[in-house]
Formats: sequence, C-alpha cells, structure tokens
Amino acid sequence: MSAEHLIIDHISIEFDSPKGKFKALDNVNLKIRRGEFVSLIGHSGCGKSTVLNIVAGLLQSTEGGVVLEGKEVNEPGPERAVVFQNHSLLPWLTAYENVELAVKQVFKGRKSRKEMREWIEHNLRLVHMEHAMYKKPSEISGGMKQRVGIARALAMEPTVLLMDEPFGALDALTRSHLQDSLMEIQRDLKNTVIMITHDVDEAVLLSDRIVMMTNGPAATIGEVLDVDLPRPRYRLELADDVHYNHLRAEVLRFLHERHSKTDVQSNSEVKQAAKTEEKKGAGADRKAA
Amino acid sequence: MMARVAQSLKNIEWIAPWMRLFKGENPKEQLNAIIRGIGVPVLAFVVFLWIWDASASRVETSLGTVPGPSQVWHQAQGLWDEHVAEREKADAFYLRQEERNAKKLAKNPDAETKWRDYHGRPTYIDQIFTSLYTVFAGFVLAVAIAVPIGILCGLSPTMYTAINPLIQIFKPVSPLAWLPIVTMVVSAVYVSDDPLFEKSFVNSAITVTLCCMWPTLVNTIVGVSGLDKDLINVSQVLRLPWFTKVRKVVLPFAVPMIFTGMRLSLGVGWMVLIAAEMLAQNPGLGKFVWDEFQNGSSNSLGRIMVAVLTIGFIGFILDRIMLSVQKAVSWDKSSVVR
Repeated sequence: MSAEHLIIDHISIEFDSPKGKFKALDNVNLKIRRGEFVSLIGHSGCGKSTVLNIVAGLLQSTEGGVVLEGKEVNEPGPERAVVFQNHSLLPWLTAYENVELAVKQVFKGRKSRKEMREWIEHNLRLVHMEHAMYKKPSEISGGMKQRVGIARALAMEPTVLLMDEPFGALDALTRSHLQDSLMEIQRDLKNTVIMITHDVDEAVLLSDRIVMMTNGPAATIGEVLDVDLPRPRYRLELADDVHYNHLRAEVLRFLHERHSKTDVQSNSEVKQAAKTEEKKGAGADRKAA
Repeated sequence: MMARVAQSLKNIEWIAPWMRLFKGENPKEQLNAIIRGIGVPVLAFVVFLWIWDASASRVETSLGTVPGPSQVWHQAQGLWDEHVAEREKADAFYLRQEERNAKKLAKNPDAETKWRDYHGRPTYIDQIFTSLYTVFAGFVLAVAIAVPIGILCGLSPTMYTAINPLIQIFKPVSPLAWLPIVTMVVSAVYVSDDPLFEKSFVNSAITVTLCCMWPTLVNTIVGVSGLDKDLINVSQVLRLPWFTKVRKVVLPFAVPMIFTGMRLSLGVGWMVLIAAEMLAQNPGLGKFVWDEFQNGSSNSLGRIMVAVLTIGFIGFILDRIMLSVQKAVSWDKSSVVR
C-alpha cells in the first residue's frame, strides 16, 4: 500500500449563482496517509464542508479530483461514511434499526443474519450506546444521537471516515465526552478520518494534522500544522502543556490574525456568527448541488 | 406486540383515561377527564336538540311541519323496525326453502335442489352498508392511484411540473360534473354478461375516486418533497437502490402527511358519495334520500333527516377512525394531530 492513501488532487469547484459563476474552492491539494486524523479548520463559508462533500462524492469538483486507494471518487459510497452534523438518523427507526439499515446494505450477502446482529451490537457498544439500542432518536439526547450516527458510520467499515462538524451542535460537556470516545475508538480502529471543526481545542486535541483554510471565495489551504503531541492524549494534562498551547496559539493566530474575517470580534462572537453563516452557506450549497 | 398495540391505543386521547381507569390508576382524576371529554359535548348536543325542536315546528312545508327531534327519532325506530321485519321475512324465506329441499332429498336422494336468493327491498341498514362499501371501494382506489403518483411527483421536480397543472384543474370539479362522463365511459367500457359489480356501484365508486384522490395526492407530494436533504445524503452514502430508498426512507418519512391526506380524502369521498348515489341510483344512502324526496309522504322529511344525521354520524366516526390511525402511524410524536 502506498503512503498516499487518499489524494485530494488540485480540486476547484464553481457554483452557478444568479451573479454568474461563483468559485468556492480553488486548487485544494492534500495527501492523507492511512490511519491519519486530519482536521479542516477555517472560518465559515471557506468551503470546508464543500471539500468534505467532494470527498464524500455528494458534490462533484469542477476541476481536479479525489483518489482513494488508487480509485477515483465520483459518487457517494459506504467506504467513505459520513457523520453529519445533525446526526441524520431516520427518526422512525430505533438506534439499532438505524445502524441495521447501513449494515444490511453494506454487508448484504457477506455476513449472516447472526453476524450482522453481532456487528450492529458491537458498533453500538463501541460508542457506549448498548443501553439505548431500542430507543428512537426522539427519545435520546443530542449527544446520544450523534453517538448512534458515529456507530452507523463505523458499522459501514469505511476506508475513510468523514465527519462534518460532528460535535458542533452539542454543549461543551457532551462534546468533550464524545471527543474522548472518539479518541478511544480511533486508538483501536485506526481509521483514516477527515473532520471539519470550528473548535480550535478540538482540532488540536484530536488531530495528527490540522489543515487551515483561507477565507472564500476561491478558498484554498492556507497552512498545514503537524500536531506531534504523543498519544494517548488527555485533555487535563494537555491544558498546562506548553507545546499544546503553542500549537493552539498557532491555529488561533492563523484564524484571527492572518485570515480574520472581521477585525473586532471576540472569539465567541466569531463562533456565533460562524454558526449562522454556516447554515446559510449550507443552504446555498444545497441549491447549487 | 401487545405492548405495542397498547402503546398506540394510549395515543388515542379519548381511550387513554378509560384504559387508565380500567387499570385502577387514580380513578377520581380519570373520571374527571372522562367527564371533561364527554360531558361538555353532550351538554352542547342537548342545547342543539332544544333549539332544533323549538324552531322546527314553526316551519310549515307542503309535507307538513319540519320534523323535530322526537319525530325524527320515531322515524328512525320505524326504519329499524322495517329492517328487522325484512330480515325476518328473509329468514322465513330461507327456512321454507331449506325445508322444501330437505323434503325433496328425503324422497329421492338424487333429486336436484334449487336454491334461490331472497330479493327483498333493501332496508335502511342495507343502504348504509352499501354506501360504506361504495365509499371504501372508491377511497381505496383513490389512495392506490394517488400515493404512487404523489411519490413520483414528490421525488422528481419534472414530474411535479408536469402533473401539477392537471391537479389544479381537476381538483375543484364537482362530482355532479364527473358523473355523466363516468356513467357514459363505464357503460361503454364495462361490458360483461356476468358483471362482478353493479354498474351503479362502479359509477358511484369511480366518481368518489375522482373527487377524493386530490387531498391524498397533494399531501403525498408535499410530504415526499419535504424529505430532509440529510436523509437523502444518507441514502446516497449507503447507495440504497431506488426502490429500497422509497420503501425505507421516503415512504416512512411521508407517512404522516399521506395519512393526513387520506383522512381528508375519506371525508371528501363520503360527502361526494351521497350526491353520486342520488344520481347514479346506487342503492345507498343517497338513493334513499332521493327516493324519499320523490315519494313525498308525510314521513319523508323525517326519514330524510334520519339520513342526514346518519350521514353526519358515520362521517364523524370515519374521521375519528382515520385520526386514530393517523396518530398511530405518525413517528413525529411531538406534532399535534387533531
């Protein structure tokens, strides 16, 4: 197996807008190794989600392409499982049934009924949801829903796991729980992961590399930061760690000095604005798609 | 399974307190709930009867005064007695026939016996059942047409643009306008020596279909096209085949809306049926009303009023049944269905 597991090869994308062509991404170029955890960070509207959607196959790039294990990606598929920001569970199915839908589709003819059952339960256990397997999404909390969403994605046995702001809609405590769970799972499974985030701490804590994107239109990769903190990582120990704080500061400097969107916004305001704009941006993407 | 049934029954608001009372859960509170739920409507109904009684006797028609509640009740009893008498006649007829055949067979075991069905006048109760049967036939046909078309239109904007004008044009057409066309087409197309269904029944049922498919169609389209973009993405990532996608994602998502449409459809169908039966002479409640109107006896107005109340009451029951089904199938338990 070559070191270059997933290649995002000079992709650009243009959307048709009422004012003519709108170039959202320009020449994004990235090579990801097997088992690597990469975060995409940047201000909202910079096209992070667009990059992820192109890798997922939900959007087609105008120029360039994505190559996974030597094969070009041009449609969605379970080997590139996506964890969506708002969990996207089917509300009429239980947690078990939601995972089952994916498992049945992916392992049709490859696993027996019993093996499928065990595999579904195994994945739900992995995200600590075995106690609420037969509950519907409306009966469990937001964090639990996202856990089930992760279990569903993991159950597809993806080559690359794509996470679109998986913890963005959760409160801080739940988020840190889920981050710990994710690190634990990652330690065992060693999946290749691309995660989009707004959260600097999250990026530094979880990633092997942080890809920082410039502001759109025509957004591209501004800088790539190697996070060479030893694993396993513990958030409490890292809080006082000099190197950790240095890396964190690097990302913050990139976001707020060199590529700040507005000059006089505090961190929380930026995040707030980011959230609302991201929604608008997602809407525009959908229309364009 | 039983627990599931009990759970869905619990979602039906007027059953819930009874169930809890039955289980012995805080009887006083449950009785209060029942009185609030039933006592108030009953009181309103009594007031309505009083106003009806007071005003009816003041209107003089060529068939006598407009009947009040007591006369109508009297007519209702008359209709029931007629039904019972007719059933007794039928039973007696069959009994005689059986005796005759038994005698014949006793004389000669190889004798051919004849069996004739009783052809009496349809009673009021028979007519109610004919009407129900007809409306269900029309309704089922309407749903069978509307739901698949609705799903296609909801999924494909092109299909929607193609079909939408047709929906808008045909939706407001009255059953009275459809009926002549349906009658002519049915008599031209539905030719058979041994017809499975009466022509009048087919006419009424198809007219009901044509008038009541629209709410289901429109609601299915709205339900399906409201499908969450994220859920579409999920089905794309899973590479669900088209049919699986419809069965596992689209249809369950749209089910609450489809059932809302079906409930409206059944209401429209029941309303339309009476008019269709009047003209198509399908032996149901519509024909009963028409016959009584033509008959013009002193009992007629009372009997027609019995029919009016029956139609209303059955319509109400149908709506309640559909509401209960609608609540049972709705996955979004937070939404208020009423």
